[in-house]
Amino acid sequence: MTINILHLYPREMNLYGDHGNVLALKQRAIWRGFDVKVIEHHVGDPIPKDIDIIFGGGGQDSGQVKIEEDLRANGDALKAKIEDGTPSLVICGLYQLFGRYFLTSEGKEIRGIGIFDAVTVAGSERLIGNIVIQSERFGEVVGYENHSGLTMPGEGAKPFGTVLKGAGNNGSDGTEGIMYRNCIGTYLHGPILPKNPAVADFLLLEALKRKDPSIAALQPLDDTLEMEAHRSAASRPR
Amino acid sequence: MEELSILLGKAIQKVTRLKGGGGSALPGLVVEHMDPQFIKKVLSELPMGVAVVSGTNGKTTTTKIVSELLEAQGLRVFTNRTGSNFVRGVISEIIEDISLTGKFDYDIAVLELDEAHAVRFLEACDIDYALLLNVQRDQLDRFGEIDHTAELLQKVAENARKACVLNREDPRISQIRTAHPVWFGLGEDLLSAFPSDDDLIVSEGPKVSELPSSVTLESLNGQEGVFCIDGEAYSCRMELKGIYNAYNAAGALALCLSILPEAETEDLIHALSGIHSAFGRGESLQIGGRDVELYLVKNPSAFMLGLASFADEAHDFMIAINDEYADGRDVSWLWNVDFSRLAHVKVVTGIRASDMALRLKYEGCRVDVIEEDIGQALRKLTAEGDAPCRIFATYTAMLEIRRQISGKSIL
Ligand SMILES: [Zn+2]
Repeated sequence: MTINILHLYPREMNLYGDHGNVLALKQRAIWRGFDVKVIEHHVGDPIPKDIDIIFGGGGQDSGQVKIEEDLRANGDALKAKIEDGTPSLVICGLYQLFGRYFLTSEGKEIRGIGIFDAVTVAGSERLIGNIVIQSERFGEVVGYENHSGLTMPGEGAKPFGTVLKGAGNNGSDGTEGIMYRNCIGTYLHGPILPKNPAVADFLLLEALKRKDPSIAALQPLDDTLEMEAHRSAASRPR
Repeated sequence: MEELSILLGKAIQKVTRLKGGGGSALPGLVVEHMDPQFIKKVLSELPMGVAVVSGTNGKTTTTKIVSELLEAQGLRVFTNRTGSNFVRGVISEIIEDISLTGKFDYDIAVLELDEAHAVRFLEACDIDYALLLNVQRDQLDRFGEIDHTAELLQKVAENARKACVLNREDPRISQIRTAHPVWFGLGEDLLSAFPSDDDLIVSEGPKVSELPSSVTLESLNGQEGVFCIDGEAYSCRMELKGIYNAYNAAGALALCLSILPEAETEDLIHALSGIHSAFGRGESLQIGGRDVELYLVKNPSAFMLGLASFADEAHDFMIAINDEYADGRDVSWLWNVDFSRLAHVKVVTGIRASDMALRLKYEGCRVDVIEEDIGQALRKLTAEGDAPCRIFATYTAMLEIRRQISGKSIL
C-alpha cells in the first residue's frame, strides 16, 4: 500500500528543519512495510486528488509572499480534503495562513484559507525558544518555536495543547496550536514529528484507516532514541 | 586627545590583564567613549587602506589567507580576532599594537567582519576593499532572516571605495550592486559539488554564471587545485583542506590582486600553497596518538560542504552538537543537512547528542556510540583502531574539545 504525502511549498516554506517531518513520516511508514510517495506542491501546481497526508512548514516573509496567492487559489481544494478527515500538519507560516487572516504590522490584512477559526496579528517581539506543551491527545509534546505573529483562536477552536514552557499561540492565553478534525496547526519546529512519534503515528494511522478501514493500529516501533531526544529537548532552557 | 586615549587604553589593558581579564573589550569601550573618531583616524592613516571579509561561512580562514598572502608580498598587515563587540574589539587590538605616540606601523588592515556588526562598523570607519563570500542560513534565532543578511552585505559593498570582490556562484551575492565589482567563481565541473543555500532541499541543478570571473577554481583533486586567473591556469598544492577552503582561496586571490595588481601571480600561488586553515576549520591535531581533524559546523551549508569534502570511509567520524547560546539554541537545522553521504558515525556527543543520533537514524546512518560527555566521547573515539579521525562540532563543543585536549585529560 502506498501513502501519498502532499508537501506544500517545499521550496519557499522549508526553514527550521521542517523537512524532517516529511522524513519522519516516510521512514516510520517504510519501517512498517508501507510505500510512500512524497508529492511536492509548488506554486502553479494543481492539488492532486489522491492525497493521504498533507504537510506544510514555515518560511521567511519573502517565501510567504510568494505562496499566498497560490494557497488561496487552492484553498477550497485543501479545505475539502481536511473537512473529509485527511490527516494534516501545518507549521508556523502555513499554520497562520490556514487561519482566517494575518494582520501585518503595517495594518495590511493577508487573507488565509480559513480552515482554522483563528486570526493572527503581528507582534512586536519574536517568541523564540524551546517549548513544551501538554496535549490531551498526545501527552507531552516538545519543540522549538520562533514566531512574531500572535495567533488568537476563535471561540470554538480546539487548541493542540496547553503550554507548559514557552509562549505558544500568543504568549498570553496558554494555548498552543489548533486541531480541527484531523488537521494540526502548530508553532512547533524542532522538527516536531521525529521527537514526538505519537503525533507522527497519529497522522499515519488516520491515513491508513481511510485507505483500509480494517486497519485499527500500527505495528509498534522501537522509539527509545526518539524518547531520549524528546526528554533531552524538554530539559533544555528556553 | 588621541595620545591620551592610547595611554588610557593601554593602562586599562594592563590592569584588566593583571586581574586576569585576558582579551577584554574594556579598553575599546573606554577609548570609544572618549574619542569616537579614534578607529577612523587610525585606520584611515594606513597607506593601503582597509579591507573587510564578510559572509556567513569561511570568514576566519579567508581573512587568514588574505593576510598571509599580503604579508608574503611584503605588506605589514593588521588583522583582528573575532569578538563579541566588533568595533570595540578592533579598538582594543589597535590599542595593543599602537605606540604611545600614535605610530601604527601597518600598511593595510584586513578585518573579518561579521554581518551582524557591519552597519555599526561602516558608521565608524571607511573601507576600501570588501570580499563577500556567501549568504547562507545561520542560526535563525539570532540573526533573523537570510534576506536581511543580504541587505547588510549590500551596504558593505556600497561602501567599498576601491573594489568589492563577489562570489558569482552565490545567488544572493551575485545580485549585489557595487561600483567596482570583481568576481570569483567555480569551473563548471565543480558547480554541482557546491550546494547553494536554495538548493539544500529542492535541487534544480546548478546554473552556469554569465558573470566574468577574475579568479576561478577550475578543479580540485585532493589538495591539488587549479585556479584560472585572467585566462591562465595555475596549479597549486595546498595545505588547506576541503573544497570550500579552496574556493575561499579563489576569493582571497582575487582580493589580493585587486589590492596589489602588480603582484606576480606565481608568487601568490606559491604563498597560498603554504597557508594552513584557521582553528577548527580543518585544523589537524593529535589526540591519544591519533590524527584528528576538527571542523566547525554552525549551519546546514557549512555542514554539507564539510560532508561533501570529507565524508570518506577511511576515517572515524565524531559529531559534537551543543545548543548553548553561542551555538544557537535551536537544533532544528540539523534536519536541513543531507547526511546521505555518511554511512557510519563512530561517536555522537554533546548536549544534543540524542538529537543528532535521531537525525542519523532517520537517514539510515549507523551510529556506534551516543555519549553526551565530550571528554568521554573523545576517549571512546580514539580508544580503538588507528584510522585518522574527523570531528564535526558546533562552536562551544569545539571549545570544549580544545579544553579537553589542552587540559591534557586525553593525551
Ligand atoms: Zn516558526
